[in-house]
Amino acid sequence: MPEVKVKAERCKGCELCILYCPKKSLCMSPSFNLKGYHYPEFKEPDTCTGCAICGMICPEVALEVYK
Amino acid sequence: MAEERRLMKGNEAIAEAAIRAGCRFYAGYPITPQNELTEYMSLKMSEAGGVFVQAESEVAAINMVYGASSTGARVMTSSSGPGISLKQEGISYLCGAELPAFYANIVRGGPGLGNIAPAQSDYFQSVKGGGHGDYRVIVLAPSTGQELVDLTRLGFDLSDKYSNPAMILGDGILGQMMEPVTLPEPVTFDMKTKDDWRLGDSAGRSRHMITSVHLAPGTLEKHNIDLLKKYRKIEEKEVRYEAVGVEDADVVIVAYGTAARIAKSAVAMAKAAGGPKLGLIRPITLWPFPTKFIAEVAADGSKDFLVVEMSLGQMREDVLLSVLGKAKVSLLGRTGGGIPEEEEILEAAKKARASKEAIEVFPEGN
Amino acid sequence: MKKVFGKPKSLSDKPFSYCPGCGHSIIHRLTAEVIDELGIQSKCIGVASVGCSVFSDAYFNFDFIQAAHGRAPAVATGVKRVRPDCVVLTHQGDGDLASIGAAEMLHSANRGENITVIFVNNAIYGMTGGQMAPTTLVGMKTTTSPMGRDVKGTGYPVRVCELLRELKGVAYLERTSVDDPKGVIKTRKALKKAFQAQLDGLGFSLVEVVSQCPTGWGMTPVEAVKWLGKDMKAYFPLGLFKDIRAEEPQEVAQ
Repeated sequence: MPEVKVKAERCKGCELCILYCPKKSLCMSPSFNLKGYHYPEFKEPDTCTGCAICGMICPEVALEVYK
Repeated sequence: MAEERRLMKGNEAIAEAAIRAGCRFYAGYPITPQNELTEYMSLKMSEAGGVFVQAESEVAAINMVYGASSTGARVMTSSSGPGISLKQEGISYLCGAELPAFYANIVRGGPGLGNIAPAQSDYFQSVKGGGHGDYRVIVLAPSTGQELVDLTRLGFDLSDKYSNPAMILGDGILGQMMEPVTLPEPVTFDMKTKDDWRLGDSAGRSRHMITSVHLAPGTLEKHNIDLLKKYRKIEEKEVRYEAVGVEDADVVIVAYGTAARIAKSAVAMAKAAGGPKLGLIRPITLWPFPTKFIAEVAADGSKDFLVVEMSLGQMREDVLLSVLGKAKVSLLGRTGGGIPEEEEILEAAKKARASKEAIEVFPEGN
Repeated sequence: MKKVFGKPKSLSDKPFSYCPGCGHSIIHRLTAEVIDELGIQSKCIGVASVGCSVFSDAYFNFDFIQAAHGRAPAVATGVKRVRPDCVVLTHQGDGDLASIGAAEMLHSANRGENITVIFVNNAIYGMTGGQMAPTTLVGMKTTTSPMGRDVKGTGYPVRVCELLRELKGVAYLERTSVDDPKGVIKTRKALKKAFQAQLDGLGFSLVEVVSQCPTGWGMTPVEAVKWLGKDMKAYFPLGLFKDIRAEEPQEVAQ
């Protein structure tokens, strides 16, 4: 099952990954990182297809994709 | 190519000397009265296996030199006053980034567009900064064709020794005149001597960064103080000057470049005529200035100083600082392309000696 | 499980200091990906410019030199002429390239300098607080065009690719964007073609990347990419402007 590792501390809450995820699988976590930004998490587990579009659009290289 | 003797125009002598010093990158832009230097380079630099670029502007040229220097090559540009004004930001960057580079200013009358006649009115620009920030450039002042050659080589050597720009402050006469010169045997410059900082081939080492920006608090201050320590070392070790008949003189002329050459004739004329008792201090490095030597000469208060320069008294300020109030410092100034003559100098020296206060002499009717 | 997407080797670990949603770091990452793919990391020499791009050097694991505002193409010329074996790239914003650096941009392209210019066009001066850029759109409000850009005093936005395409020294010229995944993929392809043009010694290559500046535009990142998609692309058409390797001369939608 493909998975995305979120490096929460690098995230700046731009939400572009949420906008572009083809499966609309991502949402902003209610948690904050140390800088005070919310960061993305999956709405439901096992919905990731490993397309890596989130990683490609992320300006912070905060998303690593594994397949 | 071995050592050889040639009759050369000053501008071309600088270029040939630079190539023989291992310079392999030149970027420049046409401006009178230095064009022969650029033109000579356009042919001879490629013959020597180097790079010649006629840049789109003096600004572009100095930035090309900055980039080329970062690769470890010996690099050069040249211009006249207005073009050197354009290069000031680039020169400040070279100093801040601690990159070696050599350039020549063949000075013309200013300010503004001025004229194309010789002048010495870029002294402040050369010695006091010209660009922004706390920095110094090594300033060499030739007064003969041979010195154009010798000081070009010295300029490259000092520039590399201290990783700081060095320049020749010439003028339109020096650039245009033809004199026999002895050209030294060429040296091949090995860029590998700069392996600890030059750019390119970053495999197997940490990457190199050439920069003059230091944003983290305290870092720029520390960097500037390190630069100051370097400049103090240069002031201690690299002062050069010529002294003629200073010990017995009543009036010590201080002059550089073309003005010094004419002053030398005046000193010889005075000697032949049995008076007045003239001496000459000819700074060869304008920065570092021969402050200590001038202070020594002025110390007992027995001598008057007459600064002869083709400006409104730019070097005079440094002589005033150097004598520490112990002597009168008068000025014979010619400007806007005017050139002093021996008789003028002798007259001014007599007047300066006779006067209670320091005098300023400009041409008749001014 | 295998990592199929992550940080490229040529990109450093340092977290980016750009604003949330900024396109600069997407472009940095793509540059690094392409450099990794071409295997040229140790041969690269980057030229950082002035603007938000002043930080570029911190994010790459290869040699860099900081250039004065606008002068990166001249600095790159000096580097490349002495070291033609190295791969020389500049990373410049719209003020740096098209305003103060216009002469250096034009002449390095005209001379066909074998360098790669990565031009980030976000229609604003970001670092200095949001002033008008040569590429600012008509009517766009900035801190120096508070009533909106008026062509009477300021002219029309400059289209760099359209200007440069006539120059014979230009080998490769393309305009892309990083506002959406499609644009990101196209930008990566364009950067690769640009670097390949340099490796093949073909002349000047430039990729103009239309990019978002949420802070400068006064928008959220999501609003910014949507505005770019509509308004910026309408004025700056994306596409290939020149590729001397192509068989047919290239035309871009007018």
